[in-house]
Amino acid sequence: MESEETRDDKVAASQKAYWRANIRLLCVLMSIWFAVSFGAGIIFRDFLDQFSLGGYPLGFWFAQQGSIYVFLILIAIYVVAMHRIERKFDLDDDDDS
Amino acid sequence: METQTLIYIFVGLSFALYIAIAIWSRAGSTSEFYVAGGGVNPVVNGMATAADWMSAASFISMAGLIAFLGYDGSVYLMGWTGGYVLLALLLAPYLRKFGEFTVPDFIGTRYYSKAARVVAVICLIFISFTYIAGQMRGVGIVFSRFLDVPILWGVIIGMGIVFIYAVLGGMKGITYTQVAQYCVLIFAYMVPAFFISFLITGNPVPALGLGSEVNDGSGLFVLQKLDLVLTDLGFAAYTDGSKSTIDIFCITMALMVGTAGLPHVIVRFFTVPKASDARKSAGWALLFIALLYVTAGPVGAFARLNFIETVNEQSYDNAPEWFTNWEANDLIAWRDKNGDGRMQYRPGDAFEGAPVFSESGEGASGERVLENAATDNANEVYVDRDIMVLANPEIANLPGWVIALVAAGGLAAALSTAAGLLLVISSSVSHDLLKKTFRPGITEKGELRAARIAATAAIVVAGYLGIYPPGWVAQVVAFAFGLAAASLFPAIFMGIFSMRMNREGAIAGMVTGLVFTFLYIAWFKLWAPAANVEANWLLGISPEGIGVVGMVLNFAVAIGVAALTQAPPAEIRTLVNNIRVPRGAQTPHMH
Repeated sequence: MESEETRDDKVAASQKAYWRANIRLLCVLMSIWFAVSFGAGIIFRDFLDQFSLGGYPLGFWFAQQGSIYVFLILIAIYVVAMHRIERKFDLDDDDDS
Repeated sequence: METQTLIYIFVGLSFALYIAIAIWSRAGSTSEFYVAGGGVNPVVNGMATAADWMSAASFISMAGLIAFLGYDGSVYLMGWTGGYVLLALLLAPYLRKFGEFTVPDFIGTRYYSKAARVVAVICLIFISFTYIAGQMRGVGIVFSRFLDVPILWGVIIGMGIVFIYAVLGGMKGITYTQVAQYCVLIFAYMVPAFFISFLITGNPVPALGLGSEVNDGSGLFVLQKLDLVLTDLGFAAYTDGSKSTIDIFCITMALMVGTAGLPHVIVRFFTVPKASDARKSAGWALLFIALLYVTAGPVGAFARLNFIETVNEQSYDNAPEWFTNWEANDLIAWRDKNGDGRMQYRPGDAFEGAPVFSESGEGASGERVLENAATDNANEVYVDRDIMVLANPEIANLPGWVIALVAAGGLAAALSTAAGLLLVISSSVSHDLLKKTFRPGITEKGELRAARIAATAAIVVAGYLGIYPPGWVAQVVAFAFGLAAASLFPAIFMGIFSMRMNREGAIAGMVTGLVFTFLYIAWFKLWAPAANVEANWLLGISPEGIGVVGMVLNFAVAIGVAALTQAPPAEIRTLVNNIRVPRGAQTPHMH
């Protein structure tokens, strides 16, 4: 492992930019995570229940089905987007054993 | 073939499979014992994580809970899946990059403190033992009902199987048996669910079936019919909840964050080769888990509908066979309050407490006689929520092999989780307490032997808890999630995302979260259960959801204390910088 001192400023700057991009992505995905479960499934459930999806009241559907599907999609997006960010900053672990 | 013979064959075959895998994947080093050598494929690890995660509670109890809670049961569905988003996005890749063996390893190293490590070990052991007692109860129920052996022998057989593959194989043995157990349990869960969904709605996919019309010609959707039937009998509508919004919110949050803080789940992500694999693996784990979770809601709703239609107003003489079978196991009871020989199923408890049957004689219709004091409502039926999934195939009249499959699936779920928990307990003792705290000079061989002895001791304690379940076990499951949310999660999260968080802050935060949550739950669940009503709760939050408040306190105290004390040393900044970058993960045994 390289020590902090031997890294040049360029690497440190690119790490910083990488971390900022990561945090930005996290904020977007975590907002969606919160919106579908705590938002649609709990706080706004009564409002959404006036609509329906097949035989499901919509709020009930988000609470028992929809949020789980969205969680899966969120992780999938994160895996792909994070890989892209890491490659952009040349910090990926593709060649690690 | 007789259903009973089929059950013996299915359970026997599945056990033989687990033992064969255990012998094939024996662990030779501490790295193999703790983290399967760090070389597990992310898809395989995802499947093992799913089996590890889906316990007797998920397999046996959850759909039953949802059946009786309706909308309120959503807390389990969202809570126990949403935690994987937190794991994948916030914890797993960084902990894998850190590349050690255990959760206390991370906390002890990141906060440069043996005290922090020991606090983490205490949290871990408490959480894991609470959890394991529940698994043993599941094993006991399945054995006594399906295999006709006393609970004592059921638990001993179950422990013997776990002993073979957990003690010999360590994480390596557990991982590959869990893959087999996942296949058994998911198949066992889906087959009856497909049958029942098809019987009720004509659509075999349960998640779609619950949104379809009932095929009885009424033209009603399943949920409409269920709401109608329930409100007719005086129950709350299925799609309405009875818990307050803030309580639902906090319980869901506590379960999500607690899931992400459970040591036996986190440690699974130490077994993949690199950081990016940890993310993928969390995704696969959630996919495998979601298969069961999107099915559990429909199974609960169908079971409730089926139960009411086959039991309510039925005369006891014509009671279905499963009803009397479970009555013989003390999990169903009927008290003919109005003396009409028919079973009325209404809201409220039929009598006070859990059923106590008298040994002498039968009631007027041949039912078992109860010694409990009757309540004055119209309900005559007592049903333990835990039986819904196990009884479902019988309620729906499915063939014998489906029932046998469910018995094998229930055991797979309980055993896989028990093994995962035993492993984190034993590694925290041999690695964190011995190697890293009290006896740093111990050799690799000695550490491996200590790990095996600790696993054996943990199995004996778990078996004892299963045979003689202390009365408080069912009451304190909330502990596991609440404590994980209030203690471990914030410490790990800030260890990754905050450069400034230091030893003093992390320890103060963990202790505050732990003590607050422990006292709140213990007060309402153990010391003053009579006071456990909404009016007495802090902000209207039940003990199940209080872990969220503990978590907020943990964050607040930790940030406050860290701001007033010295920043962490330079090498910790280097460590944090290093774990934030995926490149350069090493296999754990190279340290």
